[in-house]
Amino acid sequence: MSYWQLLKNGIFGENPVFRLALSLCPAVAVTNSVKNGFLMGIAVLFVQTMANVTTSLLRKFIHPKVRIPSYMFIIATWVTVTDLVMAAYVRDVYAQMGLYIKLIVAFAIILSRSELFASKNKVVPSFFDGLGMGTGFLLALVIIGFFRELLGRGSLWGIPIVPTKPLLIMILPAGGFFAVGILMGFFNWIDMKFFGGKGASGAGGGH
Amino acid sequence: MEFSKLFELFIAASLINNFVFTRYLGLCIFFGVTRKMETAIGMSVTFTSVMVISAALNWVIYKFIMTPLGLGFLEIVIFIGVVAGFVQAADTIMKKVSPGLYYKLGIYLALITTNCIILAVPLVNVAESYNFIQSIVFGLGSGIGFSIAMIIMASIREKLELSDIPRSFQGLPISFILTGLIALAFLGFSGLIKL
Repeated sequence: MSYWQLLKNGIFGENPVFRLALSLCPAVAVTNSVKNGFLMGIAVLFVQTMANVTTSLLRKFIHPKVRIPSYMFIIATWVTVTDLVMAAYVRDVYAQMGLYIKLIVAFAIILSRSELFASKNKVVPSFFDGLGMGTGFLLALVIIGFFRELLGRGSLWGIPIVPTKPLLIMILPAGGFFAVGILMGFFNWIDMKFFGGKGASGAGGGH
Repeated sequence: MEFSKLFELFIAASLINNFVFTRYLGLCIFFGVTRKMETAIGMSVTFTSVMVISAALNWVIYKFIMTPLGLGFLEIVIFIGVVAGFVQAADTIMKKVSPGLYYKLGIYLALITTNCIILAVPLVNVAESYNFIQSIVFGLGSGIGFSIAMIIMASIREKLELSDIPRSFQGLPISFILTGLIALAFLGFSGLIKL
């Protein structure tokens, strides 16, 4: 696969949130505004890319029997880096979502890309795979954040767009579930209607 | 520490700040295992016990090893190592000591290692600087809260199997919307006690 295809795969073909239905917790948790969703996406993008590159660099040295713990430690290291950097530079956002930044370490998507892709491929393809997956995640979070902030607060990125608050429930905890559920159903519908797919998350499983 | 304070903490952790409905954690497991009541109950038991033990274990390690050495910034790496090691040990011991229980709950143990909800308990304990008893009560409350959430969801999803849902909403999307509705109901608990 060319690098462009690797990127595209992460963004459309195997979008972590809407297609693979992986790592849903943050997709609901931090997306009550576009800004939070965007920063969370950036954090994941960084961790995913760096974890992929590191795993790929070390793939010859990691014994297959201890590979999963090794990947966990690689990911935990990069999450710690991200966590400390965000705590220092974006304090207001960090106060709201610090716990979720730390929990990036438990994202199924990052570990699964290390295991499925980076451990078998060279550094450069792994980099692009991480970049694609991270971007796909970022886009999903921004889309969810866009709808929730617009409907719940009537603003985008903190800038008021409409004077009213049409659907206050969207920024409440419950609204996150509604937003993700409806968007997921919508993407399934598009997929079935125009691309003849069967609906990615139809099985109801996933992590 | 008075009993009433601890009880408040327990209620807050299990109902008001329910991990699934207001903190959105553990969704992967939550949607993964709630298709059958039996698995949901097995998972609840395993989760609650692992959460309590990991809360206690991590508190001791944080207090007596990490704080004196100034390793607080490594909390993520260390906690995940502790949880993974503990779960692996529990797995091995259970297999030897009680194969019957292992046969029932063993498969859930494997899923627990890298779960966000298990990791969140020690992280919250550190962030809120709870003492030993409070940490355990918080772990227990969170575990019970998660169990309540899973059992409610499992009983609804068993009914959902028989209902007629638009095809694009089948599976995960409708489960999300359902969870949203339950979360709305759980908002009602928020006035239960003053924190």
